[in-house]
Amino acid sequence: MAANMDTGATAPEYVEATDKPEGPVAAAILAAGIGALALGVLTTLAEASQPIKDFLNFYDPVGPLSGKTTWAVAVWLVAWVVLHLIYRSKPVESRLALAVSLVLIGLGVVGTFPVFFQAFAPAE
Amino acid sequence: MLDTLRVHGIGAVRFVSRENRLCSVEKAVAQMSLTHHEFWTLVHGMVFGAVFLLGFTGGLEGLWSLRPHQMTPEGVRGKALRLKIGVTAMAIAAWGTVLTGTWVVYPWYREAVPDSPRSILLADPATAEWHHFGMEWKEHVAWLSPILATTVAFIVLYYGASLIRHDRLRKTSLVLFVLAFVFAAVAGLFGALITKTAPLV
Repeated sequence: MAANMDTGATAPEYVEATDKPEGPVAAAILAAGIGALALGVLTTLAEASQPIKDFLNFYDPVGPLSGKTTWAVAVWLVAWVVLHLIYRSKPVESRLALAVSLVLIGLGVVGTFPVFFQAFAPAE
Repeated sequence: MLDTLRVHGIGAVRFVSRENRLCSVEKAVAQMSLTHHEFWTLVHGMVFGAVFLLGFTGGLEGLWSLRPHQMTPEGVRGKALRLKIGVTAMAIAAWGTVLTGTWVVYPWYREAVPDSPRSILLADPATAEWHHFGMEWKEHVAWLSPILATTVAFIVLYYGASLIRHDRLRKTSLVLFVLAFVFAAVAGLFGALITKTAPLV
């Protein structure tokens, strides 16, 4: 935590003296990565498996995108709540959380990239 | 009744009747009206899009300049408030964009009728990739934007003005904020190009 503090001489006079733990921020950052990964995984799975595609089709006019996005948002929110409860009062540094989250976001982007997920489509 | 002047080109002036003028106005209004689909496409892309861009601009400037050596105490408080408004507006606009895009506009795009944009694009091999690559990527990657924008909004609202003392977190927020913008920009760019190729009317 201390490593994150700006030690500029004038900084403390700007704001309240009490400082908040960094745990909730680390939890939010990690949860974002998990949500992004969930979207990528669901997108690829829906392309690879017809039963999964059908399962994710919550609403016919929208198709499987309805389920992919609903589940990804649900996974993100549940992960955020769980991680928040775990880290809420802990002085966790968010540096590692950001690194992990960026990797997860990268994997999520790969999973939503058409050239990647369409490679898993069953041969016609 | 000759009660108005109409200008045709440079210097060409002639009198027109009130009836003709009203008819002309009605025609112009009819030509300027939006269909139900066009209205929602406008809300999706331009209303939320404009708020998103404004929020991003304000948020980026706020996060970038939130440094002790650049601020007076009074400046920090004002900056923190504007930063909160900017990042929150961007998050709300991002959610508005993906929700209207997925649940309102997208069903019209993919409707199984010959004149839906999807059908038009797929009917011609020269335009099919706009769907297979452009739309397929856009409809998914756009959803990363509100998730990241919400995360940044949480960090800014959680720390408030004291974010100025957390330089690493300020930089972390900047990274996530720019990523949220990049993903939205990819989606927005493909949305604009696809609409140009096969408009939703």
